[in-house]
Amino acid sequence: MKSISIIGAGPAGIEAASILAQQGIAVTLFEKSSSAMKNVADKTFLFPDFAAASDIVEAMNKKLLNSNITLHCDTEIVALEREGKTSWKLTDAKGMSYYSDLVLIATGYTPFDAHRKEELGYGIYNGVVTSLDMEKMIRYDKIVNSLGEKPRRVVFLQCVGSRDEKSGNHYCSKICCVTAVKQAIELKRCLPDTEAYVFYMDLRMWGQHFEELYRQAQQEYGIRFVRGRISEASGTFDGRVQIKAEDTLMGLPLRMTTDLLVLMVGMEASEGTRCLGKACGIGGEYGFVQSKDPHLNDTATDQEGIFVCGTCKRPMSINDSINDARSAAVTILQAIQ
Amino acid sequence: MKDSFSIFVIPFCAGVLVLLGISVWKYWRWIRSFDKLQRAIIRKNIWSWRFLPAIWEAFREGLLHWRITKKNLLLGYMHRSLAFGWFLLIVVGAVQARLAYPDGHPFWMAIFYNYFEPECHPVDFPRAAFFANLMDGLLLYVLSGLMLAMFKKVWSRPLGMKRTTRHTLMDRVTKLALWSIFPLRLLSEAVTAGINGNGGFLVTWLGGVFDSIGISNPAFEYTCWMLYSVALGTFFSLMPFSRYMHIFTEVFLIYFRQLGVHDSNKKTGYTMFELSACSRCGICIDGCPLNRELGITNVQGVYMLQSIRNLELQRNAEPIAENCLMCDRCVADCPVNLDLSVIRRQVRIKNKAAIDTKQGYSYLNDVQPFNAIGRIAYFGGCMSHLTPDITRSMEIIFEAVGQKYWYMDKDQTICCGRPLLQQGFERQAFELRRKNTEMIVNSKATMLITSCPICYQSFKKEYHLSIPVMHHTEYIDMLVKSGRLKLRKDDRRVSYHDPCELGRGCGIYDEPRNVLRATTTLLKTDQEREKSLCCGFNLGNPLLDLEQQTRIRDAARDNLLAPHPDTIATACPMCKKAFTHADNIPVKDIAEIVAANIIEGSAQ
Repeated sequence: MKSISIIGAGPAGIEAASILAQQGIAVTLFEKSSSAMKNVADKTFLFPDFAAASDIVEAMNKKLLNSNITLHCDTEIVALEREGKTSWKLTDAKGMSYYSDLVLIATGYTPFDAHRKEELGYGIYNGVVTSLDMEKMIRYDKIVNSLGEKPRRVVFLQCVGSRDEKSGNHYCSKICCVTAVKQAIELKRCLPDTEAYVFYMDLRMWGQHFEELYRQAQQEYGIRFVRGRISEASGTFDGRVQIKAEDTLMGLPLRMTTDLLVLMVGMEASEGTRCLGKACGIGGEYGFVQSKDPHLNDTATDQEGIFVCGTCKRPMSINDSINDARSAAVTILQAIQ
Repeated sequence: MKDSFSIFVIPFCAGVLVLLGISVWKYWRWIRSFDKLQRAIIRKNIWSWRFLPAIWEAFREGLLHWRITKKNLLLGYMHRSLAFGWFLLIVVGAVQARLAYPDGHPFWMAIFYNYFEPECHPVDFPRAAFFANLMDGLLLYVLSGLMLAMFKKVWSRPLGMKRTTRHTLMDRVTKLALWSIFPLRLLSEAVTAGINGNGGFLVTWLGGVFDSIGISNPAFEYTCWMLYSVALGTFFSLMPFSRYMHIFTEVFLIYFRQLGVHDSNKKTGYTMFELSACSRCGICIDGCPLNRELGITNVQGVYMLQSIRNLELQRNAEPIAENCLMCDRCVADCPVNLDLSVIRRQVRIKNKAAIDTKQGYSYLNDVQPFNAIGRIAYFGGCMSHLTPDITRSMEIIFEAVGQKYWYMDKDQTICCGRPLLQQGFERQAFELRRKNTEMIVNSKATMLITSCPICYQSFKKEYHLSIPVMHHTEYIDMLVKSGRLKLRKDDRRVSYHDPCELGRGCGIYDEPRNVLRATTTLLKTDQEREKSLCCGFNLGNPLLDLEQQTRIRDAARDNLLAPHPDTIATACPMCKKAFTHADNIPVKDIAEIVAANIIEGSAQ
């Protein structure tokens, strides 16, 4: 019987583990943080149907309750090297080694660090927050400006750290467009009197129901969409944020003062993804890992015995990650038979 | 003594006449085309004592090649032996002839002394043997330099140069003439020595060898002297059209520079002196980041000057001038101290003169004046607006020392104009300078502080303000030295990146380091101060794409990361942005480090 290790207990890692476990195969699952589903747990509601993220976390955690799955939390795999002809050696940050015949990498993404876009003032002005901060505000129903008051205006800015040459990320993070629409609607549901603006380059409403959500946002909630990027943010004496932007449809530069500026941060390859991708020679663009073939063999890699799934390959939504994990599980089943 | 004339001196004399005629004509024309300011400066300073340092500098640089020697001993020796050695050959030769013929002699007799004076020991010249040996020693000195020059052509690394200049055909022909002069002189004198037994230790020995193989005869002797004279004549007549024009021009340039003349935004006679003072040594090529990181080897200072000066290459001047980061690394390396960036800017200004963007400056009228009596003015700069942590830190520092200030571009930003000027938009930059000057003068602020080295250089050199202008690192250093600002030292290990515009541009190297030493542990890097590497995101070069900029940036970053710092410090918002995107290591402006380390209540 071949031993299988899965690195990363997010939606992808857990889904693959549970499918394999249901087939009676023993799986070892490694997670660097103290609990599984860390990134999803940061969210409150999920697009496009406003499903509670906690429900998803609970459902996924239930899948871990299988005797064939061994979960090692607080175990960060930092090295992956070939051991003999068919086996792989995994070493964690504490120096412990694990041996496995097949390895599934599901190390996922990390949100773009908004401090790197200093001109947008994150970490400098209290009124500038990221989309993750906004999720927390929505969860605790405490959407407030820097002075703790109800905001009169909230501005969402798309493509922070995605489609941005300067920060080195040319790719689209895929999920931020619809997330901004979702968050703006949630904002309007909580605070109907607050004005909401979304500054965008293009709105990519690629998924089922996304376009309808976008239409609702405009027609039912009165959210205003402005095509243009924000060039810089600065603080005002009363603790608000002044932004400079260009409305590219009107062809005019504009300045606007807002209580909250929400930066829709994109997805970047996580530290684990970068490190393991490099370690076993499957590193691709922008630190993500590369599969063998994007059409026909998207879960195997050039290294025999190494499989990949989820957002360690490219930005993906949660449901796409789960589907990808299932196909990875099938590929692994074929490989061990 | 033979006759004082022989046919073979004619090529030499003709060469000298051509050289003198063309040089005088050229210099006269160039001096006439100095602009008004340059003439006024010359008129004002011409009767001062400044010619004394000029003579010293001309001796040190024109003959001893001191700056090159500091770069590489062997390279310095090569240039010195050719320049100083040949100079001494001429001077000692003249003295020798003067002593041998107290009654006077035609000037060529000093050059061809051994031919015209076959006597070993002329009766009325008791020290003849000493002079003959001295002249041979000098010839040997020059020949050793020539050997090195030939060696450098094959393998330049030992002389401290990775790349050497690709010369034009004219330069190569002239070099051939120059290189043949000294071996021919040795040959001629040796053959004469073989026949007459005159000359010093070297030629007597070689003459003996020639005699023993039987080639010492008057016909061969005459041929050799003729060839020597032709080589001299060829070199002299080609010299005004080749790079060797620098030999005389550098002396003039040093003199004008000592008088206080500097280059302006238009090509003038002074520019012509600079163009001709370039010896095309190619020292500017190795340090250039475009060469080091991108392998672009045809745009450096030497090629720019070559293309401006050479009529056939003039069409290249435009693209060459555009492809430059204006990081001033070549200016720091240039042994002749040429204003390479200013000359480059002249070409850019000429290219852009036709572009009219007079419209679009109406917004300048909306900017509100401000009364800042008793305050200092703070100009963040456009780039600092994109790094708000820097401007916020400066505000914290001003408040900590109780300094009243006027944040002049907080809401309504006017550019300082330098980015436009660097691109060649002279008139447009002037509009912005005019408005900013008006604002500053009318506000009656007592001092101007800026956070951006680009603005700093502009305010300092292009504005002619009557109030002091300081970069914030200078200001903080002043506050710390005077005791107004007390700082604590934290446990950060920092490597400091010298911004081009602050370091090489304005010579501010020590103030930032003083401040960093007061607050952190400052590490040493391999390439710092004058040799610091450009971050690549400079506004100077409009042609580079992001990937190329990134490669230049990465080289600078690797240099900073080599001593394993935990923070990169810099003093320029542009450099900060460049490095922020590079790595996960924190990049901080000095103002940010200072603002985080103020001891509360230190203000007095």
